[in-house]
Amino acid sequence: MNTNNKTGQSTGIKIKNNWFAIVVSLLFLLFPLVIKNNYFIDVAFFFGIYTLLGLSLNIVLGEVGLFDLGHMGFAAIGAYTTAILNTSFGIPIFVLLPISAIAAAIFAYLVTSPIIHLRGDYLCIVTIGMGEIVRLTLINNPFGITGGPNGVFGIDFPSIGNLLIIDNSVKFYYFIWVAVGLTVLALIHLQDSRIGRAWNCIREDIIAAEASGIDVRYYKLLAFVLGAALAGVAGSIYASKLMIVSPESFSFMESCMLFCIVLIGGMGSIPGILIGAAAISLFPEIFQTFAQYRMLIFGAALVLMMMFRPGGVWPRQRGKIQTESILVKTGKSEI
Amino acid sequence: MEKEVQELKETMVSDTEIVLETDNLTKRFGGLVAVNRFDLKVTKGKISSIIGPNGAGKTTVFNVITGIYQPDDGQYFFKGEKISGLKTHQILSKGIARTFQNIRLFQNMTCLENVMSGQHARSQSGLWPSIFRLPSQIKEEQKIQEIAERRLEQVGLIAYKHELAKNIAYGNQRMLEIARALASNPYLLILDEPSSGLNDKESEDLMNFLDEIIKEDLTILLIEHDMNVVMGISDWVTVMDEGKKIAEGKPEEVYSDPIVIEAYLGKEEEEEI
Repeated sequence: MNTNNKTGQSTGIKIKNNWFAIVVSLLFLLFPLVIKNNYFIDVAFFFGIYTLLGLSLNIVLGEVGLFDLGHMGFAAIGAYTTAILNTSFGIPIFVLLPISAIAAAIFAYLVTSPIIHLRGDYLCIVTIGMGEIVRLTLINNPFGITGGPNGVFGIDFPSIGNLLIIDNSVKFYYFIWVAVGLTVLALIHLQDSRIGRAWNCIREDIIAAEASGIDVRYYKLLAFVLGAALAGVAGSIYASKLMIVSPESFSFMESCMLFCIVLIGGMGSIPGILIGAAAISLFPEIFQTFAQYRMLIFGAALVLMMMFRPGGVWPRQRGKIQTESILVKTGKSEI
Repeated sequence: MEKEVQELKETMVSDTEIVLETDNLTKRFGGLVAVNRFDLKVTKGKISSIIGPNGAGKTTVFNVITGIYQPDDGQYFFKGEKISGLKTHQILSKGIARTFQNIRLFQNMTCLENVMSGQHARSQSGLWPSIFRLPSQIKEEQKIQEIAERRLEQVGLIAYKHELAKNIAYGNQRMLEIARALASNPYLLILDEPSSGLNDKESEDLMNFLDEIIKEDLTILLIEHDMNVVMGISDWVTVMDEGKKIAEGKPEEVYSDPIVIEAYLGKEEEEEI
């Protein structure tokens, strides 16, 4: 961070960016203190869940350009891992959070390794299949552990002894948004690293990426594993909030919604994902009164957006944050 | 024992002399033999060229050497080490960097990011150092940026470093691609028709640039179908036609070789039909 803050120009832009982040964070921090209505706080919680899921899909779809229409399958693995281990063995949710992430990541690794070389629409179709197979498996109640169509219920609240028990809407709200905040920080760092660049290179031109020394297979798998782990975390938090998980929460339609979040916001753009998630999760609430027409309006909005802003509402701005030339700084420039 | 030492010495000598060697290289696409028992030797510190009419199989040779295609037959060696069968990214880390005939840049990334990406194989910060931005990662990023800026300065594009690659002029895009390849600090630089699409002034500048960078412990192998362009700068020319090597030698020898002239004129006849 401090490496970029040495000149006037870059400091100015950095601070401006930071101001934006601070204002947004403050808004999220103060929201439950101003709005006392639990309903709105719950809506904001689901906004957070969708943001986390959107960020997780953004790694795969936005950064690397891999069409993944079965992303909810990974969230389902995370949610069911939490649900089953908590209800059967009473393992605390906070312990299960990383376990769910690892379970989803391992699942993603096993499932995507054989198909990782597929391109574009071929990969898309296989991931649809994967998402559906996960859902159908859960319905079919393998070994009697997933509870079939009814799902698993009676999941505990997340707690650390008696010190911290997350048992009401406001606490859940902070729980999810702290998770989102940490994720955003990590992803911003990743975007600006050799890993983030490698991902973007693969999206831009896979052959040139390979010829630039990037192990395409490894970085595609890394994106899937990381995306699945985050989706697993989101699924786990979702399970502990609702206290019940059932297969219908992880339908193909939900995966499509996640896809929309990334497309609406802008591929690979973190603020864009926030906007996309807001559109997907807040839209149905705002237009509740015209319930019958809301999918119609939503569809029309998507079509219009693709016509007038194909890059998304807030596409990632490259080259806008201009770091100072290291050559000039160290006096090594020949100019 | 003495014989072994002798052999070892011989290989060591040939290691320093021959950078790249292909042996009996063959690549078929269905019934078409694109490259037919092709032998090539590239000498250290020199500019070697492969020329030949369109469709002679020059680019296929490059694609096989850089691991994009797997050969049907034959082997190839880099600095005496067998590299056939390696993947493209492994070949780059061995020290062979390339450019493409139809420029392949990371269009929606800035020029600086393009050149920084070229150093991927020369850096190693993993997932966790990147997420937590550990001091080692920050230091490495700075080094990557410094090298990238130096390369951009070298090709004269430092002013465009924050421009998206797709927004700069065609000639500049070519130079950017070369800068990206150079950023990986290669031992051998392979250029696929670097002057195609450039005007006379630009291709002359390019050739002067190649003459200059060859001095920094580099070997260059380039493809051209325009004979006149390579004659001036090449130290060694190999002529290909229909997948086969038909001639090789110093530029002036090749230029007057009747077989070469026939290959080129023959192609024009075919075009008329």
